[in-house]
Amino acid sequence: MLKDLFGKKRKFATVPSENLTRVPASGDQAKEAGVREKEVPEGLMNKCPHCGTIHYSKDLEKNLRVCKGCQYHYSISAPERLALLLDDGVLTEEFDTDLITSNPLGFPGYLEKLEQDMANTNLNEAVVTGEGLLEGNRIVVGVMDSRFRMASMGSVVGEKITRAIERAIDRRLPFILFSASGGARMQEGVLSLMQMAKTSAALAKLDRERLLYISVLTNPTFGGVSASFSSLGDYNIAEPGAMIGFAGRRVIEQTIRQELPKDFQTAEFLLQNGQLDMVVHRKEMRSTLAKLVEMHTSTPREGVETWQESSPLKSLS
Amino acid sequence: MAGELPFEKPLVELHDKIKELRRFTEEKGIDFSDEVKRLEQKAKELADQIYGNLTPWQRVQLARHPERPTTLDYIQLLFTDFMEIHGDRLFGDDQAIVGGIARLDGRPVTIIGNQKGKDTKDNIRRNFGMAHPEGYRKALRIMEQANKFGRPIICFINTSGAYPGKAAEERGQSEAIARNLRQMATFGVPIICVVIGEGGSGGALAIGVGNRVFMLENSYYSVIAPESAAAILWRDSSLGMRAAETMKITAPDLLELGVIDGIIPEPFGGAHRDVAMQADAVKKVLLEQLEQLSQLSPDELVQDRYEKFKQIGEYASL
Ligand SMILES: [Zn+2]
Repeated sequence: MLKDLFGKKRKFATVPSENLTRVPASGDQAKEAGVREKEVPEGLMNKCPHCGTIHYSKDLEKNLRVCKGCQYHYSISAPERLALLLDDGVLTEEFDTDLITSNPLGFPGYLEKLEQDMANTNLNEAVVTGEGLLEGNRIVVGVMDSRFRMASMGSVVGEKITRAIERAIDRRLPFILFSASGGARMQEGVLSLMQMAKTSAALAKLDRERLLYISVLTNPTFGGVSASFSSLGDYNIAEPGAMIGFAGRRVIEQTIRQELPKDFQTAEFLLQNGQLDMVVHRKEMRSTLAKLVEMHTSTPREGVETWQESSPLKSLS
Repeated sequence: MAGELPFEKPLVELHDKIKELRRFTEEKGIDFSDEVKRLEQKAKELADQIYGNLTPWQRVQLARHPERPTTLDYIQLLFTDFMEIHGDRLFGDDQAIVGGIARLDGRPVTIIGNQKGKDTKDNIRRNFGMAHPEGYRKALRIMEQANKFGRPIICFINTSGAYPGKAAEERGQSEAIARNLRQMATFGVPIICVVIGEGGSGGALAIGVGNRVFMLENSYYSVIAPESAAAILWRDSSLGMRAAETMKITAPDLLELGVIDGIIPEPFGGAHRDVAMQADAVKKVLLEQLEQLSQLSPDELVQDRYEKFKQIGEYASL
């Protein structure tokens, strides 16, 4: 199931080079970067897994990693997401960078895999949380990074998200979370499952405090993540083409022994079935989120009136 | 012994032999009583050995035993005046989840439970205990009602998981489960959950956010069914046994991991061997826990539940 979701993902290493001819894969450096001789050298060029359009990596980067041919939204890392979203492109404060995963079940090979992912991503776990500015508005934000264990949710991911929500409550700020996840993390077993309850209970508190929560579902969001905080936004927004669901396509096909429609579990399919508020192109995401946040803020920017201020009833009281 | 499991076969064979010897004694008048006595002693030792050392995989098999008591069995044995209530008021009445009101020792409570079928026909009606979104939404509606009227909620968990189907996805399986998780955290009434058989993933947790969570001795609770875990981890669903051993899914495991509050002992050989005795053991726990929880105010109950789940998880600090 999980492999299906990620099988299409291409390695996307940025190797600065303008050279269009075959990259001579020389020495250890090229080996490390995973560069091999290919017709479409990775890093320099990229072939869209959806429509086959070949992009210069630089152009793709400029287009926010969206295919010009078919609008396929490539997965992006948490730092890249934050760069696209926040004023100055970075968090003003990052939370809980010291939390790291232990191996509570003593699962064979788990720690080695974590170490690899930590080294490859420079992250402590599969979600980055913190406070930042969105067009001048303070927000608490979390971004899952699918390069790290497919951004599956174990104890640390659950704890970091819960703490981020608690900080949003303490600071009375809106909370925005970008999810992308294969679901609960197998290697932490039932502890992963319980993170669904933990994060959702924290959102219940946020809800009670009448604070805004926007969930942005990106490709892919499945299983225990989809069935907890990702589906609980005051607004649930998805990127175009994002695959979102509870069970994976293959599991469902095996269960019902029937072929599923082509667009099954796409963001557009969910929108049609009433499961999302909107599908928003990556280019419009920042402005859409800012607009939404400002619609809910108690201290709006100058020139934007609240209902109470502009209400004709106000003069009557 | 009806419905015996593969690992019980040596014991069954021994019991058959004892029966045969008794028949011989009766029919042919040959005295085998010494031999019978010896074999009975041996059978007792063998049973001790088998049931006293159940492996995780054997417990999974017991948890799935076709004769294992279901939610409706417990409802019948534990409560009086049960009235089943139906439907989510949105789409339908999912028979994979039952809910209703009843009295426990005279006091009104709300009951929710996953319901597996007793035979093939029943199982089809119950979708093998695998709920659609409307099942979880029915459960939520009934729990909201309990909250309104200040009734404690008792949940019996017994499902291999939420149903992975096309319609379930279209109607928002994820959202239905997620909403239950969030809303269960808000109720100002005691919530007690008992895993009576299979505790399969989000489909189980969706009625599992309790102030107290108990497991029957031979039930399991897992992030995913062992076979599916094996399929994901090792690309081989026949390695369910290995997954069951690796993933820490038994009641003692969960107690150690700090996920559950206690284990309810089962009769020798599993809950189905003595359903009345099992029901008594469950009732005792429910009454004890309700007594304790009824001391807490609604706000304290909410806080208690929050803290219970907040502390679950293990991690390190750099
Ligand atoms: Zn394309």
